[in-house]
Amino acid sequence: MRQRKGRLRLFVGTEIPVAVMVAFALLPWLWMMLSSIRPERELTTSPILLMPQTLTLVHHITLLSRTSFGQSLLDSLIVATGAVSLGLALAVPAAYAFSRFRFRFRNYLRAQFLVINMFPVVMLILPLFILMRQYGLLDTYFALIIGHGTFTLPFSIWLLTSYFEGIPQELDQAAMIDGATRMQALIRVVLPLAIPGVVAVGIYMFIASWNEYLFALMLAGREVRTVTVALQLFIGENQIQWGLLMAGGTLVSLPATFLFLFAQKRLVGGLTGGAVKG
Amino acid sequence: MVSIRRWATPWLFLAPALLVTALIVLLPVANALWLSLHDVVLFRPKVRPFIGLANYVRALGDPVFWESLRHSIVWVVAAVSLQFAVGFAGALLLNRTFAWRGIARALIVVPWALPSVIIGLIWTWMLDFNLGVLNVLGVRLGLLSASVPWLAQLDTAMAGVILAIVWQGFPFFAITLLAGLQAIPDEHYEAAEIDGAGMVQQFWHITVPGLAEVIVTSLLLRMIWVANSLDLILVMTGGGPGTATQTLPLHAFLTAWSGGNYGQGSALAVILTLVLLGIVGIMLWRRRET
Repeated sequence: MRQRKGRLRLFVGTEIPVAVMVAFALLPWLWMMLSSIRPERELTTSPILLMPQTLTLVHHITLLSRTSFGQSLLDSLIVATGAVSLGLALAVPAAYAFSRFRFRFRNYLRAQFLVINMFPVVMLILPLFILMRQYGLLDTYFALIIGHGTFTLPFSIWLLTSYFEGIPQELDQAAMIDGATRMQALIRVVLPLAIPGVVAVGIYMFIASWNEYLFALMLAGREVRTVTVALQLFIGENQIQWGLLMAGGTLVSLPATFLFLFAQKRLVGGLTGGAVKG
Repeated sequence: MVSIRRWATPWLFLAPALLVTALIVLLPVANALWLSLHDVVLFRPKVRPFIGLANYVRALGDPVFWESLRHSIVWVVAAVSLQFAVGFAGALLLNRTFAWRGIARALIVVPWALPSVIIGLIWTWMLDFNLGVLNVLGVRLGLLSASVPWLAQLDTAMAGVILAIVWQGFPFFAITLLAGLQAIPDEHYEAAEIDGAGMVQQFWHITVPGLAEVIVTSLLLRMIWVANSLDLILVMTGGGPGTATQTLPLHAFLTAWSGGNYGQGSALAVILTLVLLGIVGIMLWRRRET
């Protein structure tokens, strides 16, 4: 009797509110995906029916065969992959230095990297635009890769430093006694052990670049057009093509969401570690 | 020789990151400061006379600036406090024990992984006057007497964009506060229970003090982020209708971009940065005092 009462209390007091919260988190996203597979006539009938009458892939097919969205997916993939490569190439050695050496300005620099996040993007974007126009870099993969690869650095370095600190220094020293240089110790000894952390940080960089809008809009947009910018093209002056928009939104959000769910545990651990430590 | 090498090694490892950061962040910051002191407009790129603080004076004399500042305050206060409230409730719920807790914890984070552009699209679609599902549900449940053009009306547009950013940001608080909750030792609650403290007393005397540090840090991080963010509003309303949803960063962006006035746009961006630095500085200073 008492057990049943406890079960009921758990259900009403905890499980139902949690279900409501999960529904709040997921339903808007699911509604977009559902809208993307409904025929045009259902998307233009007001008021919209909650339950679809028919399902179709027509918007997804049109999007990929009749528009340049396929190319945009490719552009986003190139930019994000480039940003991950550049970002890791910069963040791994920096994090290694923070975790292995005690040097002047160390704590100061670590904090400064976080202060960088305080500068509004709107303040950086205009000078960057002017600068890149001067050197003919606008609308190139390079412009977006270097932009995306840099603004994720503070958090990435923060995360990687804490992963590296979990790997005993004695391992590096043993390798160096055997004749390895510092760089070799990092690449051959520390990095293989830190792979899970490096992968998580890489995924974070990928998602951040894949999702980014302002840099992609301002520093590129014609020759190199990432998905977040491309989506805006379906919003016309007088008419919004909801079917194509919803299909595009679905195709863009799925990879990011799956990657995030995959890396979530490590990322959240590192993030909250940072927040808890202050 | 050895000592120079010892000294130089960490800097060699740091150099690439520092160099690129200087190039992509510090150089533009310096550049923005320079621009803000000069009369630089798009249609006259060759002539860029130094005009001192005239851009700042003009920006501060413009009523649109003060309106944008007011909107920014509403935007930050409403967005951050609602995100915090929903996220805190979520953290407290997810801290309890039930069978599908792991799944719930993973799924709740989904909005946070989505691009702002798509979040803007989703909520524009759901708030649409003719086709929005929220209008349909609202009317059917008797909450609304008729469909409301949420994003096209002066007095409801801000509420619409705030709803979208609350959805985007509440998972951040849920997850950070949950981690904070899990760091509070169970013994504290057990001891309180023995002393006869009820649920409410336990909440105020153990949970809140135990979380204080996490709460301050997460609020600060989130506040900076929300104050600087403009993509969601840009996508949903572009600052409109009129200037009803125009916040400070958006005002700076539009002045530079649509207005072609780089100097004034930069001055506005610098003002935004200074306001933020000031607020964060005061918060950190007061925290040190107590």
